[in-house]
Amino acid sequence: MIQLENVTKTYPKASRPSLDNVSVGIEKGEFVFFIGPSGSGKSTIVKLLLREVQATRGKVVVNAKDVTSLRSWKVPHFRRSIGCVFQDFRLLPNRTAYENVAFALEVIGKTKAVARRVVPEVLELVGLGGKEHRYPHELSGGEQQRVAVARAFVNRPLILLADEPTGNLDPDTSIEIMRLLDRINRTGTTVVMVTHDSNIVNQMRRRVIEIESGRIVRDQARGVYG
Amino acid sequence: MRVKYVLNEVLVGLWRNVTMTVAMIITMSVSLFMLGASVLMYMQVDQMKDYYYGNIQVSIFLADDVNDGQRQAIAAAIDNSPLLAEKTYETKEQALERFKKLWADSPDFVNAINANSLPESYRVKLNDPEKYEEFAKTVEGLPGIRQIIDQRQTLEKVFEIFNAIQVGALFVASFMALAALLLVGNTIQVAAYSKRREVAVMKLVGASNWFIQAPFVLEAMVAGIVGALLGFGLLFLSKVILLDNKLQALTTIITPVPTGNLWLMLPLLAGIGSLVSAITAWVTLRFYLKV
Repeated sequence: MIQLENVTKTYPKASRPSLDNVSVGIEKGEFVFFIGPSGSGKSTIVKLLLREVQATRGKVVVNAKDVTSLRSWKVPHFRRSIGCVFQDFRLLPNRTAYENVAFALEVIGKTKAVARRVVPEVLELVGLGGKEHRYPHELSGGEQQRVAVARAFVNRPLILLADEPTGNLDPDTSIEIMRLLDRINRTGTTVVMVTHDSNIVNQMRRRVIEIESGRIVRDQARGVYG
Repeated sequence: MRVKYVLNEVLVGLWRNVTMTVAMIITMSVSLFMLGASVLMYMQVDQMKDYYYGNIQVSIFLADDVNDGQRQAIAAAIDNSPLLAEKTYETKEQALERFKKLWADSPDFVNAINANSLPESYRVKLNDPEKYEEFAKTVEGLPGIRQIIDQRQTLEKVFEIFNAIQVGALFVASFMALAALLLVGNTIQVAAYSKRREVAVMKLVGASNWFIQAPFVLEAMVAGIVGALLGFGLLFLSKVILLDNKLQALTTIITPVPTGNLWLMLPLLAGIGSLVSAITAWVTLRFYLKV
């Protein structure tokens, strides 16, 4: 599902590469943690998978598509197969929970009728039934992140990328979000999560890939934070 | 649904930044007005050239002491020229008649002149007024000629003035256009900034580039078209007020501006205004949104 082959990414003006000759493979339906200290290159992996940045060397294959040779005008369509959740939720403040999720559908050309059918369903799935018409500022942090997860999942992507999704949440709320991601994973969606929350990693007991200074130092099935 | 969404975004975008939108529309309209005026002037000068050159004459004034032999030699030289279209002969008496008519307002001046003080002349129309030099060579230097005057030379001076005005208008138009384009670029940047969250989400969920850019580009195009309409209005008003009323005296020199030409400016200005703003917006977005 995801294949990184000898990937090196050096940002312009950086003295050393963010990722240094990284190779890793992730199968369909896996749940993978990328862990490591700040600046280790975890987030660069998310950016590479979304093709927000291009690899300096090496090959990135996502969903059987070679991202490194993907023409830039094809990037938008490619991104529709990937759902994304971030630490800062990235919701539109002037739209309700329902409208935030529907917006994601409408801007990729789905009709209002499709949104009316699909959005309540996915909001129910993330546990926000009855709060469709609240604005983000009327929701708690955990609830806002649920909206973000609903938006990422509404299009039934093959891959869900989560970049520090619990970074702004308290431990209890974090665990609820993790349960949600776990449920999504059980539907067959590949989940890739970048985090430095050791509690969560230790509780989940899933594959852990540890990165330090741009290199993979550990890749362990059913691992702990260490 | 998508069309409605885009149109709504355009209106909201123009309204959100209304002072900038107004500034953009005003500079755009002045620039397009100048452009329209200079294009009209260009068409007008062309038309006037056709009109005047068709009626142009070369006047060959004869000397006071010219004799019959010389007169006939000159007439023969003119008749033999392949460029000759029409030749008339004007005696001193006819010249006086014409002079009286021309200066009928000042009888004192007319009374001071008698037929002898005016020269007799041949008036020649050429079949191609551009070839004046060639014609002049065939008669030049013949005895009995006092002076050869080509009306064309006088007209060219007039056209040179028109040309200078036209170039000046184009010059001002291009400066205003530069200001208008910078304003378009700035407006689009501000619009993109105020919608940065929406744009980020759209990129995230994979909205196509055209869908992200369309509201901004259309916003610029709408401003361009409104600017063009205003510019055309200015053009229309200045024709009605200046040429048809205040400066009507000039219409003895300037041939009337055909309304057809004026209306032609509407699609021209609207086309240029909307196309140029759209391109500017699009280029700005390529740098600013990096989509």
